[in-house]
Amino acid sequence: MRIPIDTFRLDNGLFVTLSEDRTAPIVAVNLWYHVGSANERLGRTGFAHLFEHMLFQGSEHVGSNEHFELIQRAGGTLNGSTWLERTNYYETVPSNQLSLALWLEADRMGSLLPAMTQEKLDTQRDVVKNERRWSIDNQPYGTWLERLSALTFPESHPFHHSLIGSMEDLSAASLDDIKQFFETYYTPDNAVLSIAGDFDSADARRLVEKYFGEIPRGRGKPSLTGMDVPPIFGQPLRLVVGDDVALPRLYLAFRSPIFGSDGYYAASVAGAILGMRRGSRLHRSLVRERQVAADASAFTFDLAKASDLLVVDVIARPETTPERLEEEVNREVDRLIQDGVREEEVERAVALIDTEIVTALQSASERADRLSMFATYFGEPELLNEQPAKYQDVTVEAVNEFAGSRLGPENRVTLLFVPRMETADSGVTTPPSIAA
Amino acid sequence: MTISTRPAPGPSRTFQFPRFERTALPNGLQVVVAPVRKLPVVTVLAVIDAGATSDPPGREGLAQLTAEGLREGTLKHDGIQILEGFEKLGSSLEAGADWDSTIVSMTLLRDKLTPGLELMTEVLTSPSFPEREVERLKAERLAERAQILAEPRGLADESFSRFLYAKRSRYSEPMAGTTASVSVITRDEIAAFFASRYTPDAVTVIVVGDIHTEEAVTLVSTTLGGWAGKRASVDAASVMQARSTRAVEIIAKEGAAQAELRLGHIGIPRSHPDYFNVVVMNALLGGLFSSRINLNLREQHGYTYGASSFFDWRREPGPFVIATAVQSEVSAAAISETLKEIDGMRTEEIPEEELSLATNYLEGVFPIRYETTSSIASALANLVVFGLPENFYDTYRENIHAVRPSDVLRAAQGYVFPEMLQIVVVGDPAVVKEPVGKLALGDLSVRSATEA
Repeated sequence: MRIPIDTFRLDNGLFVTLSEDRTAPIVAVNLWYHVGSANERLGRTGFAHLFEHMLFQGSEHVGSNEHFELIQRAGGTLNGSTWLERTNYYETVPSNQLSLALWLEADRMGSLLPAMTQEKLDTQRDVVKNERRWSIDNQPYGTWLERLSALTFPESHPFHHSLIGSMEDLSAASLDDIKQFFETYYTPDNAVLSIAGDFDSADARRLVEKYFGEIPRGRGKPSLTGMDVPPIFGQPLRLVVGDDVALPRLYLAFRSPIFGSDGYYAASVAGAILGMRRGSRLHRSLVRERQVAADASAFTFDLAKASDLLVVDVIARPETTPERLEEEVNREVDRLIQDGVREEEVERAVALIDTEIVTALQSASERADRLSMFATYFGEPELLNEQPAKYQDVTVEAVNEFAGSRLGPENRVTLLFVPRMETADSGVTTPPSIAA
Repeated sequence: MTISTRPAPGPSRTFQFPRFERTALPNGLQVVVAPVRKLPVVTVLAVIDAGATSDPPGREGLAQLTAEGLREGTLKHDGIQILEGFEKLGSSLEAGADWDSTIVSMTLLRDKLTPGLELMTEVLTSPSFPEREVERLKAERLAERAQILAEPRGLADESFSRFLYAKRSRYSEPMAGTTASVSVITRDEIAAFFASRYTPDAVTVIVVGDIHTEEAVTLVSTTLGGWAGKRASVDAASVMQARSTRAVEIIAKEGAAQAELRLGHIGIPRSHPDYFNVVVMNALLGGLFSSRINLNLREQHGYTYGASSFFDWRREPGPFVIATAVQSEVSAAAISETLKEIDGMRTEEIPEEELSLATNYLEGVFPIRYETTSSIASALANLVVFGLPENFYDTYRENIHAVRPSDVLRAAQGYVFPEMLQIVVVGDPAVVKEPVGKLALGDLSVRSATEA
């Protein structure tokens, strides 16, 4: 199975990927800007994400909230998301509305600033603060991502700080910050546009040139500095957090080869052997056989710069103490290093991943998003078609090599959530402790 | 500059929901096949007429435990062997009960279909429900209870159902049961539930994907055609609202960063003749991003990250719910603004322009909803569960298109009742109680966040 991929680049630097599929009259448009929370300045965290909200607040020819309304009125779905390294915007529309979707994306790339006001910023700041309350502060374990980022990357590192940002930084964001951020990062030469689904390539190309062609190239963006980290942490790091949770939950994080690199696929398969689905080692051993965990999984962050993270996530059963949970999970990871994996475990993992890749590509939106991802990170959208083969090539030796070099105690970060009531001083949050 | 001109849509291309054929096997099992030949993927989904509404009183969670128990061992294989069997094929068997049915399904690559279906057949027809695995499943459910009760959203959803429905209604208790009900369910009760509810005449197998109809029918009759048994008769669930006047309950979460709000009352059953009018009305009230409630609470006031409303469609009248989470200090203001939007919807006909926002959206997203084999299979399962006409998806868009502003007004006046709203606030009573009380909405009580 190969999906067709065409690419071209406009004079202003916008990279475009096209993938035709005429089976249904829908088309997905997907725009990745190569900017994420890593590009924020300290003291101005949460900016990339706040900015994602501002991009839905109207532009020169589009009123506030009109972007959502126009796409929904056209019978389409849309949204945007922010990650450490990128921000994406996407819509799927009936194929006769392709020009509308492209025009809307071009209008905000080309002329967002004339429509920006203090009032819009203030409202979206409140919305984002409520998003933070909803998804982080008022959620059991809600702080896991920012705590893990802080633990696994040094303070000066671009991946260290919170993705959604702190309440203080959000309050401090000014209209001027927004303008600078936009002019620096939201430029055609820092973006990839993907179109997947029911369209004619020549038409699409003409529309892209018409709407995006006149947007000027940016002045270049500051490069991310201080990205380099050693391949392993070098010492065990551990943080215990007393939180408003019912059950202890343990996250282990390991530095792993960056997304898309040769070593990445072995790491990803190791992750699947440990924690993908109910037949994985952690699930079988801890949930099913020993019955100390309520759930267990493992996944990679898919970071394409500095270092990726392989993360193990296990929730305790009510009767399991935090100490027991930690001991049992560590033992399973150690067992993987000591005994290695079996051929059939690799086959199982690769079969599951393979089905997942093919199944996901049924959706035009997923195809466009993955094309944008491979084009943004590597300049090679064709990598999308090579994913199944890359996984097929993973050997037992490669997984064992990965486990031996990356899963040991010298590369293991522990983030343990415990119910607040069970901490030493009842009702008091356990002070963070980082042990050498 | 060309960019200042808004582009007009091109001519629209037609879309047809995938053609499907229904076949009845001699043992009463129904087979529905929809060939979708895009990628080498097939979804097989079995709908069993054994939903959570069939749980006996005091045994809430029985349907769910039975569904999960299917995978835990058969007469020939133990649970691990079954698990490995599916995962080696690159698939996992999903099994769970919703209110009206049990759904067992798998999505796999085309060349794995035959062994996958053989294993699925074994699971559906000869589960052994080993005692040890049943006890494990129960313990997992109890761990999940602990999680839900500590999680503001889950707690708000459950507290709302319990506050809304009268005690005797199955809908007042969580779909998968409570600590008390799950604890007492026995392995034998599960086996008995399976024996009476899982019979071929209560099952429809839906096959969607890269396969020909005849091939799929042959495959299902070879595997499931020999299954025997007759279904037991079933009573409809009883559904009653706890009280007919407006009331407020605060679930105390001291120090909560936000307040989770739920407002609603009992809605209408899925088979209701005004279904399309209500769907369009709800989209405009709170179903879309650009709905009145979301634009008011999120974009105008910045009270929330999002606010929405929905009718939970079930065979019997499920709830109509408005759900949001707001900064605790503005809980009362958010409730007032929501009530204003409800009143607005019930007082005046909406302008054509606003109506077309919902109808165009619902007509347009229709093909986007059915891109994958699993979403098509779920859509076909809905035909079975709710007894919808075979041409439901072929006429869906014209039915949406036919809704007029007067229909929307009638739907709002006929199915949304501000005086009957039941309101649940999960939040810090020290912050929310006084201002919400001042709204004088009705009886106000405060409860702690433990299981009733």
